Amino acid sequence: MAVLLLAEVTDGALALDATAKAVTAAQALGDVTVLAAGSSAAAAGAEAAKIDGVAKVMVAEDASLGHRLAEPTAALIAGLASDYSHIVAPATTDAKNILPRVAALLDVMVLSDVSAVVDADTFERPIYAGNAIQVVKSSDAKKVITFRTAGFDAAGAGAEAPVETISAAENPGLSEWIEDKVAESDRPELTSAGVVVSGGRGVGSEEDFAIIEKLADKLGAAVGASRAAVDSGFAPNDWQVGQTGKVVAPELYIAVGISGAIQHLAGMKDSKIIVAINKDEEAPIFQVADFGLVADLFEAVPALTEKLS
Amino acid sequence: MKVLVPVKRVIDYNVKVRVKADSSGVDLANVKMSMNPFDEIAVEEAIRLKEKGTASEVVAVSIGVKQAQETLRTALAMGADRAILINAADDVHTDIEPLAVAKLLAKVVEEEQPGLVLCGKQAIDNDMNATGQMLSALLGWSQATFASEVEIEGERAKVTREVDGGLQTVSVNLPSIISVDLRLNEPRYASLPNIMKAKKKPLDEKTPADYGVDVSPRLTVVETKEPSERAAGIKVGSVDELVEKLKEAGAV
Repeated sequence: MAVLLLAEVTDGALALDATAKAVTAAQALGDVTVLAAGSSAAAAGAEAAKIDGVAKVMVAEDASLGHRLAEPTAALIAGLASDYSHIVAPATTDAKNILPRVAALLDVMVLSDVSAVVDADTFERPIYAGNAIQVVKSSDAKKVITFRTAGFDAAGAGAEAPVETISAAENPGLSEWIEDKVAESDRPELTSAGVVVSGGRGVGSEEDFAIIEKLADKLGAAVGASRAAVDSGFAPNDWQVGQTGKVVAPELYIAVGISGAIQHLAGMKDSKIIVAINKDEEAPIFQVADFGLVADLFEAVPALTEKLS
Repeated sequence: MKVLVPVKRVIDYNVKVRVKADSSGVDLANVKMSMNPFDEIAVEEAIRLKEKGTASEVVAVSIGVKQAQETLRTALAMGADRAILINAADDVHTDIEPLAVAKLLAKVVEEEQPGLVLCGKQAIDNDMNATGQMLSALLGWSQATFASEVEIEGERAKVTREVDGGLQTVSVNLPSIISVDLRLNEPRYASLPNIMKAKKKPLDEKTPADYGVDVSPRLTVVETKEPSERAAGIKVGSVDELVEKLKEAGAV
């Protein structure tokens, strides 16, 4: 059986961590062919060819595939589908946009956010904000899957898979890209960071979020936020951790001023070590924290930052 | 332009779900149910388009058990004009899959000919995030997912989408499927007079057979289990103690 894996490519660059984790998940299903698609994708394809476990790389470069608009990208993948039993991708916003469309074009269901592979037809996925794990067996001829990357280790590098160039599908011309507003960040990417420091409503203001960022920088961590912090304008949307934001599973997750609502826990409760700093000792976050500190965050966080130097 | 809004009846987002002891699913008996939060945002956006004069009529549609009527009445009370209920399940524990929902919605679209379908980006029960994209594929329409801003401009819609690195703006041909994200708007509460008025608004009842759609699942649920429990943690008394514990654990 063969697997087609849509690589995560942004502005011509491969998101190595997400793609390599999806390769790990996909290897159990068969030979993995990686598809790198974009207006420029050759460099990303060459990098993907080095991931251990990749049997082949296909590069599709075309203006219509820039920013991977769902319609032309889904048409490309559906056109390639006949040779593959599984069509997979890391569960990023790009893949969540494209893969359900591919599945419907092929008249099959999609398996979203798969967290474990049982066998070629059977998969585990979290439901109800991660409060239950469903084991499902697909009766479809082809499986279309997005993998929850937080649950898999990244495959190593060192391989040298052959790279082949293919052409794009005809552009259905239904949509156009206008602009990107990219949040600038020098910090590690949230979903692949080893340490994440997150702030919630308790931080109180955008200015005070600086104390979260200072602690994060001290630890070389990525910065996350709860929905309350994002909605209040303390932090940008793409920092949101939770059921509707990003799902992370770092070695260390420090939750500051976050009560621990179900929707937030959905995005971080698989972290190795969870630290909670909150002045409310009844906050639900303490039920999942390995180490909890009941304290005023405005005193505790600067002190912690200081002590870690 | 007519706007179609699919809404789903799901377990209330504040309820901590319980997995049934026999691992057959999540216990939904006697649990508070509500409209999926993302769908409230979709209904709100549709009503705002009507208030701006862009939309002429807002039709809410729900697929599931007959109790989904209540969810449709909520949409009507918020301001939708009429509703369609497709009775597709006898038991509240039967969750119709996105592919079947998309096929039913495609038939409703054929019949109703809306210029726009506004739906939630995902249902908080199955967390699939797929129905809008699937419907768009079946219709051969454009799609704009995870919308945080929607501007209708004649034959096109300009949509700002929440993507991993920030925001992306696309322009899509109408008719289109737009799936909405949390930050698109703040849904209104239905007032008591509007709740009363909603009881008189039209609600058509249909079945999947009326549309010739097979709703049998492609995915068989083998088992539903509890996520692995975390070992109980400890509370530390001071920042010093926290640093010490983190060092012991090799975390810093």
